[in-house]
Amino acid sequence: MNEVISILTVIRPEVDFTRCDDFIKEGLLDSLDIVTLVAELEDRLGICIDGQDISPENFKNLETLLALLRRYTVL
Amino acid sequence: MNFKFEGKKIEGIVSVVPQHCVKFEDEIANYGFSEDKCRSLQKLMGFGERRIVADKECGSDLVLHGLEHLIRTGKLDKKEIRALVFVSQTPDHFMPPTSCILHGKLGLGRDVLCFDINQGCTGYIYGLIQSCMILNAVRDGKVVLLNADTLSRRACRFDRNIYPIIGDAGAITVIGNSPQGRDIMAAMETDGSRSHWLVIPAGGFRMPSDQQSRQIKVLPDGNRRSDDDFFMNGSGIFTFTQTDVPASLRKFFADGDIQVEGIDYFMFHQPNRFLLEKLARKLNLDFGKVPANIVEKYGNPSSASIPLTICHNVREKILHEKLRICMAGFGVGLSWGSLLTDVGPLSFCELLER
Repeated sequence: MNEVISILTVIRPEVDFTRCDDFIKEGLLDSLDIVTLVAELEDRLGICIDGQDISPENFKNLETLLALLRRYTVL
Repeated sequence: MNFKFEGKKIEGIVSVVPQHCVKFEDEIANYGFSEDKCRSLQKLMGFGERRIVADKECGSDLVLHGLEHLIRTGKLDKKEIRALVFVSQTPDHFMPPTSCILHGKLGLGRDVLCFDINQGCTGYIYGLIQSCMILNAVRDGKVVLLNADTLSRRACRFDRNIYPIIGDAGAITVIGNSPQGRDIMAAMETDGSRSHWLVIPAGGFRMPSDQQSRQIKVLPDGNRRSDDDFFMNGSGIFTFTQTDVPASLRKFFADGDIQVEGIDYFMFHQPNRFLLEKLARKLNLDFGKVPANIVEKYGNPSSASIPLTICHNVREKILHEKLRICMAGFGVGLSWGSLLTDVGPLSFCELLER
């Protein structure tokens, strides 16, 4: 969890992601942010996220993001 | 819809890029990202140099340059041309068809069929299918397929989803019937319910361009563009390329009983490196057979991307060898399609600058 928040904060330092319900709707992450996030997660966690899973629903908030990552690794 | 054509020969391919070159690192300040983040995106997406037209240069200028070169060097005989098929989203005018303008500039005969197809990233597959359908009706002569787009002229320079990837290019492909011709298999799909995912909202008859549509707006995510500019639903398009496109390719391989191991190259449309690597991984393709280097050298030139990928990567090889090539285009429409054929040895394969 802390690792994910730390990556998100590097991408958007001005945002407190723990207080947001919908990163996409609130305009906090766009498609290029998601690409950056995926690459960083893959690098740090040693996983490869399937392209099909790189969809806005999985990057909506911390809960959906962690649920996605649990399918690839143990957090 | 599935297609199969017999006895068709791709005789040669020429790609033409503008001389005007812009570099991503010179544009970083436009996008509202930190320099570190831009560098990271540069690596991931393959942002590098792009070729875009200067001033009011059109797609037709690019292909005309290539056509005149082919005629001047004796590689294309004007008398053999039976049809011009011009595929573009950036025509010279709403009317007349740009193919007719090119017909006039080349001084072609009155019996030459001319028509335009409004298509983007699937446009090379559309154009090849259309060319083959004409060749099925006209047994002799050549069809000249022209793919050209100058979408940089409709992309907002502040739009970080679009501007860093857009390139301009033209391509000429000469196709004919031949006893030594090859089979061409293709499959096309369309989903118009997602047509608004890639759109230039204003400037047509539905929403004419006016002062309001030309105004650049700041969007909730900090991105900026006007309604006269090219819009892409980036997340939606990414998901489309990782779901519909690989599913369609798998079906294409299965329906045609195609042995994927026997394919020399997968010349796919070139949206960005990240997306192509994910697509290749999803299809378990050998990365060495899937060139993903066009965005970093030229930008994404829409329907000219597949011929440009061929000309950039295998232009020497394909002059001497037969290559089994699987092509895939995907984008505006939404439309997506796959095509498989043997190409080469070609009479010519060149990459020109204008």
